[in-house]
Amino acid sequence: MGRKVFVTVGTTRFDALIKAVDTRACKAAIASHGYSSMVLQIGHGSYLPTKDDGDSLVEVNFFTFAADLKEHLKSADLVISHAGSGSIFETLRMGKPLIVVVNEALMDNHQAELAEELAAQGYLMYAFPSTLEDVITKMNLNLLVPYEPSDASAVVTSLSSFLGFHN
Amino acid sequence: MLLLSVGVALLGLLMFRLLYVFYYTSKPLHHPLGQSLRTLIVLGSGGHTAEMLNIINLLDKKRFFPRIYVAALTDNMSLPRAATMEEGFGSNSLLLTDAVQYLQIYRSREVGQSYITSILTTIVATFHSLWIVFRLRPDIILCNGPGTCIPLCFSGFLLKVLGIRWVVIVYVESIARVRRFSLSGLILYKLRLADRIYVQWTKLHEMYPRTEFVNRLM
Repeated sequence: MGRKVFVTVGTTRFDALIKAVDTRACKAAIASHGYSSMVLQIGHGSYLPTKDDGDSLVEVNFFTFAADLKEHLKSADLVISHAGSGSIFETLRMGKPLIVVVNEALMDNHQAELAEELAAQGYLMYAFPSTLEDVITKMNLNLLVPYEPSDASAVVTSLSSFLGFHN
Repeated sequence: MLLLSVGVALLGLLMFRLLYVFYYTSKPLHHPLGQSLRTLIVLGSGGHTAEMLNIINLLDKKRFFPRIYVAALTDNMSLPRAATMEEGFGSNSLLLTDAVQYLQIYRSREVGQSYITSILTTIVATFHSLWIVFRLRPDIILCNGPGTCIPLCFSGFLLKVLGIRWVVIVYVESIARVRRFSLSGLILYKLRLADRIYVQWTKLHEMYPRTEFVNRLM
């Protein structure tokens, strides 16, 4: 069984990311880490990745949308995702290694804030389309800090006491 | 002359009432409001909805009851997700017919909409919010952005000022906001409309000390 990369843009349009992973250099970087296949979820994007460029460094498949990405994430050994909080936390909570690629074309990009912060804490790697190949080449998954899932219990406890509910 | 003095008296009364409401907003409630709280839950779509449903999942279902979910008319994902979750809670909370309700609301502005038509749609959305909140008279409004929740919060605050119901307004800033508030968060914070504002990152709490830091919801 070869190791698999899953690329997702969620419900957005992020051609720059798909183009970046579709380059020969990027595929070579992916292959150098022992990944043999790649599935891309391209959302509203109009750029279609090349399925087979002859030398088949990495086997490429793609689709636009799926009702649930859970199965794709589960079967992946590395996830490359847009910076949406939904995709980020779904991946982290599954304990999958993650590279978040920030869309520089978006105005008021508050999502970069989240990716930066989580990268600073070591939970994930952080890239732009232009730096993705470099990040993949240099990545060391052993340096990632395992993500500890959290929940809403702190909000619920605080709210209950604010409202005068005592257990 | 009589009319004028009545006017002045009413204005004074309103000012006094406003001061009273602003003072007691954000103060903890000392005695339970009653057996259960009519809870208005605003679902903001996508990641906002996911975070809100995480909260609802852990709430005491007998205390936050009945529950009314509101989502934007253009958001066709959030209410089914809420309904699926509610079904998972089991029959206990579904004994009464109107125990859980689902409503759709006009949005003030869609992405990419022009500013001129925005004015009209904002007016429509505001009146729709007023109608919903005045009709339901919730004890508590739970929201976490984006903009859809603002007219609902204003309506809730108005209910408070008019003395119709003491509506507790609770806002939970999205996990994506690490250092800067969203516009919704900023409006509720600056105008002091919310009783509680929760944030998920310490940096944001340090910048806005009247918020409360809670851990990540995810």
